[in-house]
Amino acid sequence: MIPFDFEYDRPGTVGEALTVFRQLDAEQKNPMFFGGGTEIISMARMGNVKTGAVVDLKAIPECRVFEYDKDRLLIGSALTLSDLVEAKRFPLLDHTAGRVADHTMQCKITFGGNLASTIIYRETVLPLLLADAVVTVATQGGLRDYKITQIFRERLQLPRGEFIVRASIEKRWLSAPYIHVKKTKNEKVDYPLLTVACLKADDKIRMAFSGLLPYPFRDLQWENLMNDKSLSFPERAEQISALAAPHLLNNLDGSAEFRKFVLNNTLIKVLQTLKGV
Amino acid sequence: MPKAGIGTTVIRKEAWDKVTGNAKYTADENPAGVLTARMVTSTFAHAKIKKIDYSQALLQKGVKAVITGEDYPVLSGGLVADRPPLANGKVRYYGEPVALVVADSEFDAANAVTFVKVEYEPLPVINSLSQALASGAPLVHEHQETYKHISKDLYPQPGTNICDIKKIRKGDVNQAFSNCDSIVEAHYSLPQSDHIAMETRAARARISPDGTVFVKSASQAPFGIKKELSSVFNLEQGKVVVEVPFVGGGFGGKAATQLELLAYMASKAVCGREVGIRNSREQDITSSPCKLGLDATLKLGATKDGMIKAAQMTYLVDAGAYADMGPRLSKAMAVDCTGPYNIENVSCDAVCVYTNHPYATSFRGFGHASYTFCVERTLDKLAKKLQMDPLELRKKNGLAPGNLTPTQVPLTASSLGSLGPCIEKLKPLINWEEGERIELGNHKIRAKGISCFWKTSDSSPDAVSGIILTFNNDGSLNVNCGCVECGPSMKTTVAQLLSEKLKMDISRVHVNMDVNTKCSPTHWKTVASMTTFMQGRAAMRAAEDVCRQLVSLAAVVLRCPPEDLEVGGERVYVRHEPSNFIHFKDLVHGYQYQNGNAVEGQIIGRGSFIMGDLNLLDKETGKGKAGPWWTVGAQGVEVEYDTEEYTYRLIKAATVIDAGKVLNPKMCEALVKGGMCMGLGLGTRENFSYSGKGEVLDTSLRTYKVMHFGETPQYLVDFVETPLENSPYGARGLAEHGIIGIPAALANALSVASGVELDELPLVPETIWRIKTGGRA
Amino acid sequence: MFRIKEKSILHLNVNGEDREVVARPSDILLDTLRNQLALTGAKPGCENGDCGACTVIVDGWPIKSCLMLTAEAVGKKITTVEGLKNAPVQKAFIEKFAFQCGYCTSGFLMACHALAQKHPNPPDYVIDEWLQSNICRCTSYEEIGEAIRVVLSQKQ
Repeated sequence: MIPFDFEYDRPGTVGEALTVFRQLDAEQKNPMFFGGGTEIISMARMGNVKTGAVVDLKAIPECRVFEYDKDRLLIGSALTLSDLVEAKRFPLLDHTAGRVADHTMQCKITFGGNLASTIIYRETVLPLLLADAVVTVATQGGLRDYKITQIFRERLQLPRGEFIVRASIEKRWLSAPYIHVKKTKNEKVDYPLLTVACLKADDKIRMAFSGLLPYPFRDLQWENLMNDKSLSFPERAEQISALAAPHLLNNLDGSAEFRKFVLNNTLIKVLQTLKGV
Repeated sequence: MPKAGIGTTVIRKEAWDKVTGNAKYTADENPAGVLTARMVTSTFAHAKIKKIDYSQALLQKGVKAVITGEDYPVLSGGLVADRPPLANGKVRYYGEPVALVVADSEFDAANAVTFVKVEYEPLPVINSLSQALASGAPLVHEHQETYKHISKDLYPQPGTNICDIKKIRKGDVNQAFSNCDSIVEAHYSLPQSDHIAMETRAARARISPDGTVFVKSASQAPFGIKKELSSVFNLEQGKVVVEVPFVGGGFGGKAATQLELLAYMASKAVCGREVGIRNSREQDITSSPCKLGLDATLKLGATKDGMIKAAQMTYLVDAGAYADMGPRLSKAMAVDCTGPYNIENVSCDAVCVYTNHPYATSFRGFGHASYTFCVERTLDKLAKKLQMDPLELRKKNGLAPGNLTPTQVPLTASSLGSLGPCIEKLKPLINWEEGERIELGNHKIRAKGISCFWKTSDSSPDAVSGIILTFNNDGSLNVNCGCVECGPSMKTTVAQLLSEKLKMDISRVHVNMDVNTKCSPTHWKTVASMTTFMQGRAAMRAAEDVCRQLVSLAAVVLRCPPEDLEVGGERVYVRHEPSNFIHFKDLVHGYQYQNGNAVEGQIIGRGSFIMGDLNLLDKETGKGKAGPWWTVGAQGVEVEYDTEEYTYRLIKAATVIDAGKVLNPKMCEALVKGGMCMGLGLGTRENFSYSGKGEVLDTSLRTYKVMHFGETPQYLVDFVETPLENSPYGARGLAEHGIIGIPAALANALSVASGVELDELPLVPETIWRIKTGGRA
Repeated sequence: MFRIKEKSILHLNVNGEDREVVARPSDILLDTLRNQLALTGAKPGCENGDCGACTVIVDGWPIKSCLMLTAEAVGKKITTVEGLKNAPVQKAFIEKFAFQCGYCTSGFLMACHALAQKHPNPPDYVIDEWLQSNICRCTSYEEIGEAIRVVLSQKQ
């Protein structure tokens, strides 16, 4: 039960969504775009979110695409995580999405909603960071394409009133060797101690993390170390862990020290599994 | 022959209601016009309440009333009256109810609570047992001496945070230790945690114009609510009517009275209109009572051949901010403090301590899962020191008929049951012979741990139970009993016992699923795995009562001596000439002759039971009889441990329990398995974490983790049947027991696997890593 | 564009019937089902999406009705436990002792039913993933596992 009122709008087109959001903003309703809504609803119940209107993006056809366009796979922001998992088109993304919350929640959480989440993990961005995704954003000036790194730094950085319509990935990434490891405190369905997603291409490992810091990230310095052939696997892991150590999260899921230990172990396993570089 | 009876698997009576959504729980019925109450809860663990300003809340839409502790300066509590239903003057734990908003709807109430402003002045927080017991510690309760004791055997220490001490002194421990070849000593620390019944607590109340109070509640103790409401608010017992529909899990947590008091106060504030209150999950975890925490020090001494001669133990119970069942829980630990082992010299102090944590109440196993962890871990250490097989050590020292318990009760085969055969059966079940620790290669180790348990109930000697039987015109039976259906299939068990006793088809035995204290005979509480015994005893008497009446009437009709008559198949028949019979349907509402004359009235059976021969324990030695009999068992857990990651998989969990008599095989198995699953939860993941200020941090099921599907091991259950002579068909209680030894068996297995002593819970990989490595990555 | 500005009459398709409810735009489906349609099989076990006791099936997928707005459900097909008519999973739950207190049962039944419809022949890990969405505090889960496997094997 949400202890306050808000208005519900479900636009059928990108244009309607932008317009209605602008109107609601003008009415000082502090509107919010609404994907799966799981986070807004649960936080609203606890009084941690207050809004006068939600704009549900799930009925916009452009946000529901899931198709190939020439050499790219287009992934609509209103697809549920379960849609991604069931379709099995981009294995790394499927695996990542399949480990966010639990299965029934995956039937409700949307891809775009997870990217825009205020909860710090936002794990579905990891494959996008690795595969140089292009993100199409609905702006007042029309649809605009950005590199993922232009609009996602720690969290989604979009001007108010804009929203993600879809992401697209070059086909060559879809079949690249990959690995996804999620480590939790003790239970499969939980927030991560760490989640690491890796893609291997041109004999190089790309890797991105969630759960280590208060935001998901890809760090090129870490990647260089990971690919440094002059170092043994344990040396690479140790140097990266040492770099990470001062910044690691320390919370109920695990201490910073334990995260460091898990990171070190996990990196070695990743290197062994991907047969190094 | 009629279908069912005992010893064969019976589907529970309410099965179809529960798979169709038709089973109704307390918050499932929302008649129009019922108001909603919501709690405002404390944001401090210990603070003076300087001011509560609810003027703005009163102005909100739909708000009917706001009440605070000042409006009801009363104290409640099952053993000692120390808890104001709404905090008055100060708060003693984070989440404590401080005010109640009553409004037209849940929406209005939830909105209005945000407008209640409470000003606090923080007080020093007692955030651990050691802080509570430090000299000069701030007091959680400043004036314990003024509290009314409902229980006669409480020994508080006013001016301290000690709420009760129970002592066991048996034999001469000092002398005995000096004669021991091997002594082990260890310290254990177990956190508070929560019941997490899937249905959060809920209650409704209304007051009729004649002053009768009607309460509906998700409770294991409807008759306890009646008693407590009438005592706290000075109400005539006959004018308190408590109704309990299906209960969505209790595990002891719903035996305490809490929301019922608030619902009554809320209803009173709105001139008796009906008011409902339901905990959110967050409130159910923080505001309502939880499972106790424990710090313990144990010392065991044995001869070199492995005979345990002396035990010294201190159990410090973190009862939280209010006593509730705390003193009874520490007493239960003292009573069974040694585990199921014959130790002639015992010294035990069980101390119930106030802290600024949420208050503890009964929880599945009633303290036994906690102290058993300590005993069984210490036994493994002793076995290691003696270089003895841990299983042999347990077998060697297991209690036997003729031994004395810690409270010096002589044991019989009937009262104790048989631990030895349980251990013997466990052995092949977990393939003990292959060894405790097996290296699998690839950083994996498979390891086993075992434990044993015993448990008696610490019921009141005056705990009563009762059954009323009536018949329908067609000869089928109606059972009216006061136990609550909260999961363990109690109602079906009662039907099963009656079907066996009266030799009638169980489908013809109809049991009331709801309890109404005005109509049903009093049943103490549906707790302590005592329901089969207590309701069973009453049912046997009631069945005998109807048989007597049926036979006496049938003797007249069939013109034969009553001693020649038998009851079975809904008939009364002549034993040596079964074709001469009369149907129940022709007797139960009186017998009518050909000419129309009718004799006798309807047949009504009654059966009652009182616990009886228990007594209070001696203050200095603990001597006395606290419970009627024991249930014993042996358990094992097998894990696959990863030496690189400190993670593990649960492979097997096994229990062999002396059931006395297995009444409903699949149900008994399911109860034991469910208990083991909850025990694995305690062992692997469940605990409250506190901030430095005593705030509970795991307030939702997002962070408070319980076992989930797919994470569970293979469960193995087997039974031993040593009849309990004074119980119907010899059956013992077993609903709770699956939980008791599992955390210990798990910790024993993981200690063997990891090579370090794991003496705390829960055992998440980080804990093992920290203990093993010192916590440096 | 579909817009609800305030408490309004909404039309829901529940268990094959078109039903009229009065709901706020901020009302959650769980409350509407329970309070307006008296469909109380779905339970408020946590209202936070963590326990699964409120699970219903929406357009074929299991959904936690505590985290869906009533407004979102307009135009969709909703099935609650009351809409299961002798589904094999109900009988299997009874025969395998897959419940005790019964409070989580509706949610588990809906998750199982949806699974059997969507994936009649799932590998074990899929069964685990789907059913990890729900909590049962009474059983050991083994019984629930046996029940779903009986249902799936009947589908073969």
